[in-house]
This record gives sequence, structure tokens and C-alpha cells, in this order.
Amino acid sequence: MKVLVMRDVAIIGVYNTKFGEMWDRSFRDIFVEAGVGALEDAGVSGEDIGGLYVGNMSGGQFVEQEHIGALIADYSGLSRNLHLPSTRVEAACASGGLALRQAIFAVASGYQDITVAGGVEKMTDVSTSIASSALAAAADHEWEGMMGATFPGLYAMIARLHMHKYRTTSEQLAEVAVKNHYNGSMNPIAQYQNRITVDAVLKSIMVADPLHIFDCSPITDGASALVVAPADIAHKYTDTPIYIKATAQANDTIALHDRRDITTLDATVIAAKRAYEMSALTPNDIDLVEVHDCFTIAEICAIEDLGFTKKGEGGKITEEGETAIGGRIPVNTSGGLKACGHPVGATGIKQTVEITHQLRGEAGKRQVDGAEIGMTHNVGGSGATAVVHILSRNR
Amino acid sequence: MTVARFWRKQVHRYNLVGTHCNECGEYFYPPRNMCPTCRRDGKIEPHKFNGAGEVVTYTVIRTAAEGFVHQTPFVLAIVKLDEGPQLTSQIVCDPEVAYIGMKVKPVFRRIGQSGERDIIHYGTKFVPV
Repeated sequence: MKVLVMRDVAIIGVYNTKFGEMWDRSFRDIFVEAGVGALEDAGVSGEDIGGLYVGNMSGGQFVEQEHIGALIADYSGLSRNLHLPSTRVEAACASGGLALRQAIFAVASGYQDITVAGGVEKMTDVSTSIASSALAAAADHEWEGMMGATFPGLYAMIARLHMHKYRTTSEQLAEVAVKNHYNGSMNPIAQYQNRITVDAVLKSIMVADPLHIFDCSPITDGASALVVAPADIAHKYTDTPIYIKATAQANDTIALHDRRDITTLDATVIAAKRAYEMSALTPNDIDLVEVHDCFTIAEICAIEDLGFTKKGEGGKITEEGETAIGGRIPVNTSGGLKACGHPVGATGIKQTVEITHQLRGEAGKRQVDGAEIGMTHNVGGSGATAVVHILSRNR
Repeated sequence: MTVARFWRKQVHRYNLVGTHCNECGEYFYPPRNMCPTCRRDGKIEPHKFNGAGEVVTYTVIRTAAEGFVHQTPFVLAIVKLDEGPQLTSQIVCDPEVAYIGMKVKPVFRRIGQSGERDIIHYGTKFVPV
């Protein structure tokens, strides 16, 4: 891979809004809260910022609003006097991770210094069926959606084949949801803070066999933002800058049926490989990871495809507690998409905010002891886009 | 779904017609006009599939998207055609009898209708052999 001479980049401020069904708050309200929160955390003002990158999947379908970059900058008070450049980034549910990547490029290249990366989605202003149709547009509309495919349906087909090939069980899938709800119960911003049992998952209604409703992430409102800066000046703003060790992206076929292997997200495998190469790290060096568990099967595939266990053993290591806080590789300490919630455009940023809190040692009851290096894994669609970042306390 | 958007692909949807790259020999369904292997060196031509297929994986959709709600529960599957490509379609059968490896063949069926005043669209589903 081409190695470029670029500046090191660090995260100097982070913020997540509460995630959930926020009937009383608008799209712009929640984003402004996130942006202001991140700037306050970093101790910077609008005059210090070079630009904004905002992940948003479908403002058009969820709130009938496009031109999101301009709206966000305007209502954040960064347009009328400062005229800051603000860019919306879209890659379905990977929009947030991809927005972070653009902000890193802006700083690493030397084009900008202090830059904001955010993500926002307001999903509860429409009915569930409209929200489902909006989400389904992340798949191949003409050749999957038009045949009746839904997102749970696509991931259900991954799950069915994973069970067939590797003897993964419904109980093992349920363990993912149980763990993520447990972690979510210790996260004050999480949409669901209740603990659940394997039995409750298995008794919940079937959405698309073998996935129950408790195997699925919810529909969520939420926004997240963070501030990145050149590593050389990061200490001016914070005692604990969190350094970006790798940013990587890979893409694959838009439709699930065109993949080399239905049970492997090659985009995840390749993005992870690129991230490990860029950082000169291996899966053994990673202390914790936020993965894209839009469905329980997605977490199982992710921990396999990122290299934390052999293909086919994701269910087994989950059942054995290796992915719990205190286990060999804690996965989704925030509660993941399942319990923390999944405002699609915000998720990739929220994952990075969680890892930053963990590496700073400020994650409260869900703190992973001695966490030094963390990873985020953000997926668009059924695996057509994967974005992986590696973060570290040490430069 | 607008009339034009469906009409453009009518040939492919009604007849299981995809494409074939005469350079590398790969078959495509849904059709592709750019071969991912040969790209601009590829020689793409239409191909009518023989229709024999096998279920690679499947699910039973119980909570459906708009336009499919009245059809639930239905079997959605990835089908591998004899010539190699895989596609997403519905299997017209009792959800209880579907299985991975099931041999299927295509049938012309009504696929859906987004709303009462929208066009009814037709296409290819599969049935057990």
C-alpha cells in the first residue's frame, strides 16, 4: 500500500447526545447539541475550526431535508460570519465512520488544522414502515428491495447460512443481545438500559427467520461529534489526546447475492487488513472494539472478519464470555447498535466517542481496565462499505 | 416504483435474461454491462438462463417492507443459477419446506404493488422442482 507523508492526527474533544426516541427535539437541535458538546470538551471555539464533515444517511427520507452540511453549519452558528466549509458524507450506515475519515484526511494533509467530524440521524419522525423502506435503500433497490428483501431479511440469510456452515445457534446469537444490553445498562446515553435474558430474546417475535426482534438494532434519534487536530498541537487542548493510528475503508458488491462468501464481509476483512498494516498492529494488540452489530449475526461475523477469532467461532467465543467486559476482547462496551441505539448517520462517530472515553479512562462502570488501544468498525448496508479505525492513548 | 423504472428492466425480469462476458466466460444476473474482471476489455452480450437453480440461503419474511405486507409470511432466498450467478428472489412454497440446497425453477409471478394506484409489477419467482 502507498505510504504517504502525512501528519499524525488526534482526537481532542468528543460528545454524544442521548440516544433514543426524542419526540420533543428536532434534527437540528440534536446536532447542534453534539457539536457544541464536542467543542466544549476540546476547549475550542468556532474561530479555531477549519471545517465540518457530517455523516448523515437519509435526511431526505427521514426529515425531508437534504443539504445537511449547510443546515448544520448554519444552525451551529458557523455560517453567517465564519462561512466555514461544511460537507455531508453518505455511505448508508457507515456515513459517520466515513465522515471521520474525511476529517482525518483534511488534518493529516495539512489542508486544515482543527476539524469537526459529526453524525446525525432523526429517524422517529416517520412511521416504522417508512423508516424501514428508507433503510432498505442501502441495499440494491432494484434487485433486492424490489423482490421483497428487508434489512433484517438480508442479515437473516447471512445468519441462516452461518448456522448451516458453522453450527452457530440461536442461543449464541441471543448472547450478543444479552451482552450488549448488559453493557448498555451502564451507559447513560443508551436507548435501552434494561438487561435482558437469552430466553427473552428467543421468545420475542420473529422478524425474519432466524432473527427475532431482539436480534435487531432499533430505530433511534441521536447525534455525535468529535474534534480532531494535528497531533503536534493536541496537548494544547487536552491532557489525554487520543491518537488515530489507522483509518481504512474497503468496499464490496452492493448486493449480498454477489458476494464471494455470504457469511464473510470481505469489505471488513480488507479494511481491517489495511488498518493493521497502517498501524503495524495485530488483533492481539487491540484492547477493545466497537463493532457494527446492526443485527446479532453482524457482531458474530465482525469479530471473525476483524481477526479476533477463527471464521465460524464468533458464536462460541461470545457464549464463552470472551467478548464481555473483563473478557479477552471486550466488544461493544457502549451497548453497541443493539442497546445504545442506531441513529444510522451518527453510529460511526458514536463508536469513536465510546473508544475515546474508554482510552481516556472515563467510561465509568463499563470501563475496560488498562485500555490503551481500541478499534471501531462501521458498516454500510449488508457489507458494501466497511470503515475501520484504530485509536491509541500513545502516539 | 415508476412505470419507466420497471419497464426498462422488463426483459430481464420477465424472462431471466442477464448478460455474459464473452472474454472471460462469466455470467451475470442481475445483468451487468461492465465485467468486473475484464472491465473495458470485456465483451458483454445478453444471455437467457436455463433457469435451473439451487437455494444458497433463505429466510422467512414476517415483517415486510411497504408493498409486501399482504404477502407475509413469504420465503426470500438467494438462488444460485446453473450458469453460476446468484440472485435474490422469492420461493413460492410453504415456509416449512424450504431448505438450503433445495432445487428450484423459475416461474412468472406478480411481485408487488407499492400502493393501490401504483402499477402492479411482475417478475421471476422460483418454485421447488
